Amino acid sequence: MILSESESRSIADKLLRLADAADQVEAVISSVETGLTRFANNGIHQNVSEDSVHVNLRAVVGQKVGVADGNQIDDESLGLLASRALAIARLQPENPEFAGLPSEGPRRTIEASSARTLAFSAEERADGAGQAVDAARSRGLTAFGAFRTGARTTAIANSHGVWRYHEGTQADANTVLMDDDASGTALAISGDVSDIDMASLGEIAGDKAELGRSPEAIEPGTYPVVLEEPAVAQMVEFLAFESFNGLFHEERRSFTSTAMDTAVMGENISIWDDGMDSSGIPSPFDGEGVARERVDFIDRGVLRAVVYDHQTAGKYGRKNTGHAWTAPNPYGPVPSNLFMAGGEAKSTEELVRSLDRGIWVTTFHYTNLVEPMRVVLTGMTRHGTFLIENGRISKPLKNLRFTQSVLDALSGVEALTSKTKLTGDYVQVKAPAVLVKEFNFTGVSES
Amino acid sequence: MKSVIERALDTASAAGASYADARIVQRTSEYLMIKDGQVAAVNLSSDYGLGVRALVGGSWGFASTSSVNTTSADQASTNAVRIARASARVQAKPVVLAPQKPVVDSYASPFEIDPLAVPIDQKLDLLLRANEELRSEKGVAVAESTMEIYKTEKAFGSTEGAYITQTIVESGGGMAATATSESDIQKRSFPNSFGRQVVTGGYEEIEKLDLVANAAQVGSQAVALLTAPECPSTTTTIVLDATQVALQVHESCGHPTEFDRVLGYEASFAGTSFLTPDKLGAFRYGSECVNIVADATSAQGAGTFGYDDEGVPAQRNYLVRDGIFVGYLTSRETASELDQLSSGAMRAESWSHIPLIRMTNINLLPGEMTEEDLIASTDDGIYMELNKSWSIDDLRLNFQFGTEIAWQIEGGRLTQMYKNPTYTGITPEFWRSCDAVANNWSMWGTPNCGKGEPVQGMHVGHGAAAARFRNVRVGVRG
Repeated sequence: MILSESESRSIADKLLRLADAADQVEAVISSVETGLTRFANNGIHQNVSEDSVHVNLRAVVGQKVGVADGNQIDDESLGLLASRALAIARLQPENPEFAGLPSEGPRRTIEASSARTLAFSAEERADGAGQAVDAARSRGLTAFGAFRTGARTTAIANSHGVWRYHEGTQADANTVLMDDDASGTALAISGDVSDIDMASLGEIAGDKAELGRSPEAIEPGTYPVVLEEPAVAQMVEFLAFESFNGLFHEERRSFTSTAMDTAVMGENISIWDDGMDSSGIPSPFDGEGVARERVDFIDRGVLRAVVYDHQTAGKYGRKNTGHAWTAPNPYGPVPSNLFMAGGEAKSTEELVRSLDRGIWVTTFHYTNLVEPMRVVLTGMTRHGTFLIENGRISKPLKNLRFTQSVLDALSGVEALTSKTKLTGDYVQVKAPAVLVKEFNFTGVSES
Repeated sequence: MKSVIERALDTASAAGASYADARIVQRTSEYLMIKDGQVAAVNLSSDYGLGVRALVGGSWGFASTSSVNTTSADQASTNAVRIARASARVQAKPVVLAPQKPVVDSYASPFEIDPLAVPIDQKLDLLLRANEELRSEKGVAVAESTMEIYKTEKAFGSTEGAYITQTIVESGGGMAATATSESDIQKRSFPNSFGRQVVTGGYEEIEKLDLVANAAQVGSQAVALLTAPECPSTTTTIVLDATQVALQVHESCGHPTEFDRVLGYEASFAGTSFLTPDKLGAFRYGSECVNIVADATSAQGAGTFGYDDEGVPAQRNYLVRDGIFVGYLTSRETASELDQLSSGAMRAESWSHIPLIRMTNINLLPGEMTEEDLIASTDDGIYMELNKSWSIDDLRLNFQFGTEIAWQIEGGRLTQMYKNPTYTGITPEFWRSCDAVANNWSMWGTPNCGKGEPVQGMHVGHGAAAARFRNVRVGVRG
């Protein structure tokens, strides 16, 4: 059930009224209607739908904050929610650092809902999965993947008069085509399901899988590397969580703490966050209803900014950039609509052509943080790793483990594609493919 | 609850489902966090809804709703059947369920002190005192102490006649100290990393952690790590503490024995498994001292329950016996591929998720030696404690894990402290190099195991003890 603005407003007004014994109150009401079809071994094995509402109430008594959340919106449940939030606020010691709730500020809206995506049916998702399966069968491969469509609304009201409502849709698909010794992948994300062509994704994944047959192991070491967009996006995601977080910055838990206005990456690297860019999945306000500002983190290699939410900005005397998660959020602000500037190369193949010897990586798998200050990650390559010799793919490789500093990698980018692609696991990242001069591979797998 | 479930099942059957099950789940949870002496979070959550799974023409459909009444039950069941019919358009082969005798029963996990009845201010006081001790060490930049409590009430019914109600209470907590310098960040946690130690049980389990008494050492070690040397890069003997062994079991035995992974159901996301059926009963997974069971009956396990989300009773089964790979975690659907009965491993994160094969409590059985004797009998090596980072390939073979802290072992004694320890290996080679498991066995909870799309976070447990491994590559650098 997707809640309209008036339905959301009605619930918010009730909650603000029910908790009016508090000094300040904030209500966040969200609704979700989503469907997901998963396929494996050329058949659909999971096909699910969710229809839900969620309400989050923050009650502030003095400098004491209680948060209660639930998913029932009848009057009795809302009353219980309000009494719980108030009760747990009153039982706490005062927190002198609490900065209060945000006041009314700039209001931004953006159209982000696609009627086609809203109406997309389970049958249509199944047919999309069938197109990927057809692509696999025509090549003697097997198809795996997922196809999701859905809509979400978010509404935020507080006792300072803030009211925000946003409705957005999203469709994403992931296809993997494989046989016993090779696999290839293709993925797509868009606000409009019309942009997703499952047959085409199947063909791209199939091409990659066929290139990957009979992979050979290569000795781990430092190689030039061409990273496709999903791999670049994973590196940027770790920067988003571990480095561009204003709380980490202030607490000196990020390299940014001592590097503001200095060159931390190559001059060809620019990374920013923009919740109002409709080429991503737009998000006009944050979890406290504050308008998301565009924040340029890296401008031609120089660190320029990190993101803040109301609490962190208040505590450290900074300007709120509108990047709060819904309360309670002790983790701090995180950017969620990231973009990385492209370069001059017309295609990934052009990056490959410039290399005498190197490795082409399609995606990373199971990447994790090893060392936060230099943003050292370890993970595996997946679904297409190739040796490049004399400007072309010479042979497929078995998957490699890497252990690599993101700062070092993005300081050694020699070329980027002009085209960028939207991807990302936990936050959205629109990034180019890149050619990195040196990348550390520290192990090899049988996979 | 029962009337809504019966209505959902009747509607699904009438709409053409050959089998259907319905779950109503109510989860109440509490999360508290003190950071640097201030209350950073007090959150009380309540989550309630209905999920219906329908099998039509050999294909699955699932629909869920946060509205729980007979009208929404009709809608969810009708939707689940419609989705199942859509699934049948692209069917690899019809789903066959292994037989399961329908059970009518109820189950409640044991606890002494109802953790939700303990006043919030009492809980905050405990966390504040622990936090104060963490900050007693000069140089601690960030001090965090946390508590989390869950009460999950489920009702499950199936068209085969099962009706099961369960109440599972879990409690947990932890703390961490972070120390920083201009070029380094070091963190120490207790009793498990990422502030996450959860077991089935009541508030008594939080009191047993004795956070206050252990806090000062956590703070002092975080600060000491800033000036400790890096873990050397070499190949050597390592001894892992019980918490890191729990993580090692989780990633390199728990996940690869999930039979849905083996069948490729997670191939496009979480990955597959090297433990293919041809290896069952014949493959040397580890040395003879490696015995691993999946035990959903373990006391205090975060993966302990009465029945799984298909109504299959909790079981204890060997996955690895005397080092030989002998068993999988299965569901009714996947067990039928092996001509077996389900091992009872199907669980869903909530009412809004379809059940998947999940670890229960994957336990490495203890040896006879104390941890102290294990270290004392090691001439040269490195002792590593508490997970810091983890990564493993999509077959669950090539892994690289990091821990928060390590010490050199020299002549059976812990000497030099190291920071940033890592070790890497290939799963069966690593477990075959295990030459001793200690007897300091206890239950560790992992309440954030991720799997599936949409990702489902699951509470799983690991009984583990310290263990020793030979010829391991350590100190991998980026």
